[in-house]
Formats: sequence, structure tokens, C-alpha cells
Amino acid sequence: MQISGAQILVQSLQAEGVEYVFGYPGGAVLEIYDAMFQQDKFKHILVRHEQAAVHAADAYSRSSQKVGVALVTSGPGATNAVTGIATAHLDSVPLVVISGQVGTPAIGSDAFQEVDMLGITRPCVKHNFLVTDVRDLATTVKKAFVIAQSGRPGPVVIDVPKDVTQALAKFHYPEEVFIRSYQPVSKGHTGQIKKAMQVLAGAKRPMIYFGGGVVLGNASQELIEFVQLLGAPCTGTLMGLGAYPSTHSQFVGMLGMHGTYEANLATQNCDVIIAIGARFDDRVISVPSKFTDAPKKIIHIDVDPSSIAKRVPVDVPIVGDVKQVLREMIQLWKEKSYVLNPSHLEKWWQTIEAWRAKDCMYFEHDEASQIIKPQFVVQTLARLTDNDAIITSDVGQHQMYAAQYYPFMRPRQWLNSGGLGTMGVGLPYAMGAKVAHPDATVACITGEGSIQMNIQELSTCQQYKLPIKVINLNNGYLGMVRQWQEFYYSDRYSESYMDSLPDFVKLAEAYGHVGMRIEKSSDVEGALKEALAMKDRLVFMDFITDKKQNVFPMVGNGKGLDEMVLPPHMVQDAERYEADFREYDTRSVP
Amino acid sequence: MRHILSILIENEPGALSRVVGLFSARGYNIDALSVAPTEDASLSRLSVVTTGSPSQMEQMTKQLNKLIEVVKVTDLTESRYVERELMLVKVRAVGKDRDEMLRMAEIYRGSIVDVTDKTYTIEVTGTTDKLNTFLESIQSSLILETVRTGASGIGRGERILRI
Repeated sequence: MQISGAQILVQSLQAEGVEYVFGYPGGAVLEIYDAMFQQDKFKHILVRHEQAAVHAADAYSRSSQKVGVALVTSGPGATNAVTGIATAHLDSVPLVVISGQVGTPAIGSDAFQEVDMLGITRPCVKHNFLVTDVRDLATTVKKAFVIAQSGRPGPVVIDVPKDVTQALAKFHYPEEVFIRSYQPVSKGHTGQIKKAMQVLAGAKRPMIYFGGGVVLGNASQELIEFVQLLGAPCTGTLMGLGAYPSTHSQFVGMLGMHGTYEANLATQNCDVIIAIGARFDDRVISVPSKFTDAPKKIIHIDVDPSSIAKRVPVDVPIVGDVKQVLREMIQLWKEKSYVLNPSHLEKWWQTIEAWRAKDCMYFEHDEASQIIKPQFVVQTLARLTDNDAIITSDVGQHQMYAAQYYPFMRPRQWLNSGGLGTMGVGLPYAMGAKVAHPDATVACITGEGSIQMNIQELSTCQQYKLPIKVINLNNGYLGMVRQWQEFYYSDRYSESYMDSLPDFVKLAEAYGHVGMRIEKSSDVEGALKEALAMKDRLVFMDFITDKKQNVFPMVGNGKGLDEMVLPPHMVQDAERYEADFREYDTRSVP
Repeated sequence: MRHILSILIENEPGALSRVVGLFSARGYNIDALSVAPTEDASLSRLSVVTTGSPSQMEQMTKQLNKLIEVVKVTDLTESRYVERELMLVKVRAVGKDRDEMLRMAEIYRGSIVDVTDKTYTIEVTGTTDKLNTFLESIQSSLILETVRTGASGIGRGERILRI
């Protein structure tokens, strides 16, 4: 029996076990929407803007380990999806985005709502397809799902012309597809793994550095076992947070531009660093030469060969799936009865503990003034949710406060745009997470700048009854922009001031939600408690926070990890810290 | 340093633009590019002439390998190889220049593939370097038009690129 391309597409998605499709209808995809209407195996979530559809599908994938699926129409629908696709691409999120296209006879004629989707998305997808023959459709969907979730995961676009959705063909969904030019490596090289463990066993000041690859590779259990087996300190990237429980003593905090004092100094001054699913991104080490001039051996595990030795020279490269490689490493470490030299390790930990004792995350909390510190809001939220909520964030100062002050205890608990840094992801991310985990507390930590980039999604939240807690850290500024203008542009706050903000309480209410404005620090806890207790309502909490607060520590542009701008309470002791640097500076040691 | 990358890709629409897009997106230059189907109709072979440091070439090769449609990538200049480029040059050939052009073509083992009263069209094959030298050795004011294919390369001896 022959069925339409649209039906083939829908049945292919069913065969993949898809539960949710996030999308927005339009002319080119009407056939698909009609086919979807006639089934109930998966549910469609109607967003208010295609960018949010892709973000929500992305967050659904990040929090559930499944492939996220988004469906958009041709032309403007497709171009609106691009930011979402690029966001997923830089964070390696498995995603299948189906875009409608004008009919094949019209392609290339500048037809109504025609764009070259393949051309537009080529630089920001793992792969893309244009289906020109309905008989290729099912196989293409299968290929897309295979490519999206294997190797280094990423978004795959399938562009489907309208006439292909109308054409008839027999449906057969292949169980497997063979792509001869795509054979990702998963098992690490045994010889290299042996070498890595030898190098590590000889370390005096070892450092374990993990990233988003551990989360994507579901290797958190292996990471925990490995770190605890070695007894060495570990640090995580923004994307890696949660892969190792943040409250555990061996975790010295996030590293990089807004990393902790102890994590940055330890990473700079270690003599062996093992990077696990992390890629020495420019937000981790600003200037590679400043990182490598403190002599250290670098071991690097990554599923993507092109991430290895991209920014820093690597002594022991291991291409492979982090989970498998870590398992092999744990086994080898035990077999060979390796131990890190106890006296060296003890001295190293003493040094790190001394750094940690400076408490770089301390912030001034003035009861009398009643000024709300953004950090305090995040800390209180963490306490009231037992460090257990799924947290999404947008991009800016609030994102860093969320990363620094919410202790993430498990992978996929922290969803944010680390790679592309997309303002506007927070609310759609919360939607995707809430759809995947209806019983979890999902909070979106955002700012008044970011939230306005996709605020229309409050409407989607109302339609599907998604009781998200929106934590708006409202300081009336594009905070991170203002911070940089303060540091590098002599306080010339060019266009970083947000004038004519809406009344967020009324706005939330207009969409049918609960709105709250909190202006005094003594009200923070009570308001959060009240909001968290409203299990079935979306609560938009507008916290009027300190306008002057900045994110510390900070590694400025062109600086090394040991050249942080310190928080005010540490600056007072600047000379002492200068001495610290000298004492622990290993650059002069051969 | 100058490198010739030899790339096998699936013979599919859009595959070439992925390769070319990768170069431009990452800020690498393509000095010359030639592409044609191979003995296996499902595969095309690209020869890309580019310049870069060893670390740039390593990154480029890795990035090319990441493309789904790329089957194999090799840097021919890493070992012994044969390189050829084809050039057609239209020159003004009147009076004493007519004989001179004929002589130069002979020296470079070129052949005259088109003749008019006033022009010769000369076909020359060889390494890019040889073709450049040919152009330098004839009077530049006499060159009316040149067209070149870009270098193609193949490994010497038993070394072959196939899946």
C-alpha cells in the first residue's frame, strides 16, 4: 500500500519512538500537520516562535537523553529556527529539525517562502539533507537520527519539499542504515590509555578537568569512580557542571573566565591535566600560551578528533567515547595498582585547601540596606529545592550566578547555552525540560534582558500548563555587558541600560500566570517558598537586584588563569595573594 | 607550506559545497581546486591545493574527515606523489613572434591546439611550477588569455586512495 510522504514522515518519527515534536505550522508543512493530526503516538507542542521550538526540543534532549525533534515551515519558519540549530550545534546536542520547503518544481525560483535551508544551515549543523524523492524519505529520517546521536552528537536538518510530502510511496522503515563515510570511533586506543595512566600515576600535582562531553556521553558514574579512585582534585567547565556532584570535596569548582580561585590556580599550576570530554575552549583558557607556559603534561580524551590539539598541544591524545575510555582507565588503574604519590598528593591538597579557604564566592549581604544580591537569590533557591531542581538559564551575569551558586548534583540538571551563548534560551529550555520531566521542579534563572528575547513563550506555557518557576534577576542593565563596559570601557555604559521595562508582574498575569515582584532581601525566601509551593502554576518572580553587582572572579581577555580579577573582599588582601602566586608559581621550576 | 589534499567524497549534490564551505568558514584559503567523478561512479575525487602550517593542516584534515560525505582524506605532499595541471594559453602570434611561440611550446612539450592568423592556443601540462615558469618565459604582453585546471595529484608507486 502506498501512503503520502507526510504519513511516511510521521510513521518514521513513530518508529523512532519520538514522544514530542516542537513546532509551528505553515504552508509548506500543512500536509505533515494533517498527518500528525490523525495519530496519537506522539504529541505536538505549539510554540509561539520557531526559535523556541528548536530550543525546547534541544532542552528536551539535554534533559532526557533522547533526540529532540522540531518541525518548522519553509522560509521564515526555517530561518527563525537557525539560532536554535546553531545553539544545539555548538553544544553538540542530538536534534532532528524538519523544515518544510517549497515544491521541487519551484525550488530555485525565489518562490514565496523559499530559502536555501541547506545552504543557510550548512555551517551550523552536523549534517543536512534535502529530500527530493519520496522513496528516500524514510531512509533519510533513519540516517538523520543515527547521525544526530552517534559520535559527537549534533543537529541534523531534513528539508522536505511540499510535493514530496504529497507524493505517494510504500513505507518501509529501515532498522539499520550503513553510511560508509561515517564510522565514528568509540573505543579508545589501548596503547594511549596505558600511556595516559602511566603519566597520571607519575603526577605530583594532578588535575582532572571534565566538560560537557561527560554529560553527553552519560559517563558521570565512571567520572565519579575515576576521580575518587585517584583522590585527585577535579574541576568542570560550565557545560560539565553536574557530571560530578558539586558539593563533593574533591570538586574545586568551575574553572575558566568565571571559575573559582582554587580551580583556576590549581588548573594553571598542575603538572598533569587530564581533559575528559572538554576542549580547552576560549572561555576556559583565554590564551593557550599562558596556560602551557606553566609546564604540564596534557592528556586529552574526546570523541571528536578535531577537538584534540585544537587549542593546546596534547601529550597523550585519546579519541573515543568517554564512557568506554574511562571504564578502561579505571580497570587499568586498579589492575596495575597505581597510586598517586601520597606525600605529593597531600601537599597538593594542602595548597588547594589554602586557596579554597579564601572563599572567593563570598559576597557582601547587607541586611540593613535590604538590597537583593543576585547570588543570594540563587543560593536560597538551591537551599529550598535541596539542590535538586532542574535549572535552565539564559546568558549573562545571572547565568554565571546560577553556575557558581547552585550546586548541581547530577548531569542534565543544568541546561544552558554554553557554546553559542544564546540569550532567549532560558524559557524555551525550561519548557523542554518540564515536558521531559513533568514532576521535577524546573526553574529558569534569567535576566530582564534575556527573558524578553523569547517572552512570548509564556503563552505556550499557559497552553500546555507548564508550571515553571521563572527567576528574573532584574538589575535594569544588560549586566554582563555593563560589567565589561566597567572593566574595559571606562564605565561608558553604551546601550546596556534597559529603559522602559515592562511590568513583569502584569505581563505574567496577562498570560494567565502568577506574577511577583520582590524588592527586599528579607522577602526573598518567603517569596521563593510561596512560588515553589504553587506546584501547578507558572510563577514569574521579578527580583529587583543590586544594580552594581559584578561576577567574580573574572579572567579578563588575554589573561592567564592565574591573573583573575578578584572579588572586593579579596582585593583588600591583594598583596597577600601576590605572595600566593609567587609561592605556587611553578613556571620557573624545570 | 603548500599542500595538495586528495579527498574522496560521495558523489552527491551539495557535497562539494560542504568541502568548500568548510575552508571558507575556518578561514583557510583554497589556491586551486579540481574535482571529477572516479572509476567508481558513486565517488568523486577532489584535489585541493592549499597552504598552511602543520597544525593548521592537521586541523583541516580532521575537520574534513568530520564531514559525513567525506570518505577519505590524504595529504599527498606528506610522501612521494605525481602532480599535473593542464593550462590553455592563447597568445598573440604574428611576425617573428609566430616562430618564437612555436619554439617555446616545443621546449615546454606543449602543443598548439588552435591556430588563427594572429593567435596560437597552446596546451601545456605539468606541475603548477612548470606552468608558471612557462608563463614567465614568454613575453607577457603577448598573453591574451589563460585558463588552468588546478593541480591534480596521485601518490607514487603502490600507494592508492580508495575505500
